[in-house]
Amino acid sequence: MRLDEETEAMLAGSQGPVRRWAAEHQVVVGRFFDAEDLVPVGQAHIMADTEATGPTGVAFMEELARAPLAERRVRIPTITDPRGVDFKAYERLKQTEEMVGLEARLIKAFEALGVMMTNTCINYQTILPPVKGEHLAFGDTGVVIYSNSVLGARSNFEGGPSALAAALTGKTPRYGYHLDRHRVGTLHFELKRRPRDLSEWGALGGIVGRRTDGYWRVPVITGLDRAPNSDELKHFGAAAASFGSVALFHMPGVTPEAPDLASAFGGRPAPKAEAITDADFEAFYETYAARGDKVDVVVFSAPQLSLLEMEMVAGLVDGRAVHPETTLIAITSPEIKGAADRMGFTHRIEASGGIVLEGVCFYQSYAREMAEANGWSRLLTNSAKLVNIIGGYGYKPTLASMERCVDCAVAGRIL
Amino acid sequence: MPIVLRCHPGIGPAVEGEALVAEDNFSARYDLDRKQGVFSRPAHKLHGQSYRDRILVLNTAKGGVASAWMLREMKQSGVTPLAFLFNSVNTILAQGAAFGEVTMVDRFDCPDVTREVRTGDRLRVDPAAGEVTILNRD
Repeated sequence: MRLDEETEAMLAGSQGPVRRWAAEHQVVVGRFFDAEDLVPVGQAHIMADTEATGPTGVAFMEELARAPLAERRVRIPTITDPRGVDFKAYERLKQTEEMVGLEARLIKAFEALGVMMTNTCINYQTILPPVKGEHLAFGDTGVVIYSNSVLGARSNFEGGPSALAAALTGKTPRYGYHLDRHRVGTLHFELKRRPRDLSEWGALGGIVGRRTDGYWRVPVITGLDRAPNSDELKHFGAAAASFGSVALFHMPGVTPEAPDLASAFGGRPAPKAEAITDADFEAFYETYAARGDKVDVVVFSAPQLSLLEMEMVAGLVDGRAVHPETTLIAITSPEIKGAADRMGFTHRIEASGGIVLEGVCFYQSYAREMAEANGWSRLLTNSAKLVNIIGGYGYKPTLASMERCVDCAVAGRIL
Repeated sequence: MPIVLRCHPGIGPAVEGEALVAEDNFSARYDLDRKQGVFSRPAHKLHGQSYRDRILVLNTAKGGVASAWMLREMKQSGVTPLAFLFNSVNTILAQGAAFGEVTMVDRFDCPDVTREVRTGDRLRVDPAAGEVTILNRD
């Protein structure tokens, strides 16, 4: 691995132990993946909720935060993924003071490094959208797949420590999706049935993700009759990344690196397409079906809701009351929460008995402990990503459209 | 002559220990009871087995970005595998091994490392050399 002078200096410790740790980490990871050098990155996005970091991760961050200011400051704009606790709402969710204390310590440590606490997994919609060709060190898999595919930026899945290292050095090892040769389509799927709502875009992501199944494979999707919007691609990408570890997809005529089918496959002939049909969608939903069951919690999250989705939820709950034995939760980023407050969406959702949270995401927020404290088991959501993950936390998940989720929340059972 | 398997140069210190092998995958978040040190997901082929101080030999790593933090937490708690051998590992778990200074190698010359190593084999793993030696067989 070729190292520039500045990196050599960091490795030698001349910029202090914090940057030496970061450079050493990058050299170990870079060598493992045969990176030729480090590439400068424009932003870092760190996944570090306290459920993931654990107490030892918090202690690690606090140690970095004790270094002198010049040695610990991040070198590039650095933002954060959702946190584990919304300090304004944790009591309503029966989260504990211990969780709040740990989260507060971690936030203090990040702020000491100059990290901006954006607490969002929709930064590509709300903070500073990446640009085609821009190299990044992004954390959340949904953020990476959207930035790579829809915007043409270049990032690997960077775990919290690796994204932090990139923030401290301003660079990241050049491997995987930073390189042209990995960005070429390898699988071809043709839609015989097009998604009808956000939940179905997520289901499509789940279907493609399951069949792709691997970080180094790039699915190409054809058969669309229009360009999807940002929320549709958000749900599609988040689910593809969750079900299949997919980090990049192409949609010829829609995504920037695939103006046509041939370019999606790097000029080589497209492989024979696998069809995605009505039956695939039906089978996907059937995996999670639970008609007649009592609904404990209805969740709109994963990814956080855009302003348009917040308006949709508000419109669906207007003049209705969530069933007293069901909890309805809508989760968004702090930026969008401010807009939703100002436009009255938050008030309308809460007037129906729903809860609006900001800066968290359901599965990153001590989901198992919340289930135990609140007696939750059956979860209903329109997020395919969430149904994939949340079973691991002891929930029984069901996938439905946003409209049907709200109807069920009012009825208190799955209609 | 002990059997030597060649792999891509890996991460972490050289170690020697006993293998625990399955034709299955690995997720730090969903497959393990990290307090007890056992595989806890019922569908996993190593369900109920203790991974503590064993060299895990599995197909690939699964799981999201959170697992990058988890190997270090496991190593510091002392309830941790001694090393990981995979056919191929994902970026996140490799980054986690680098962060936790945990021994990990992948990309073997043989088509499937889970078929070359047997549970109970005594292994020496040398990440710098890209070599795994099966000490008890020849």
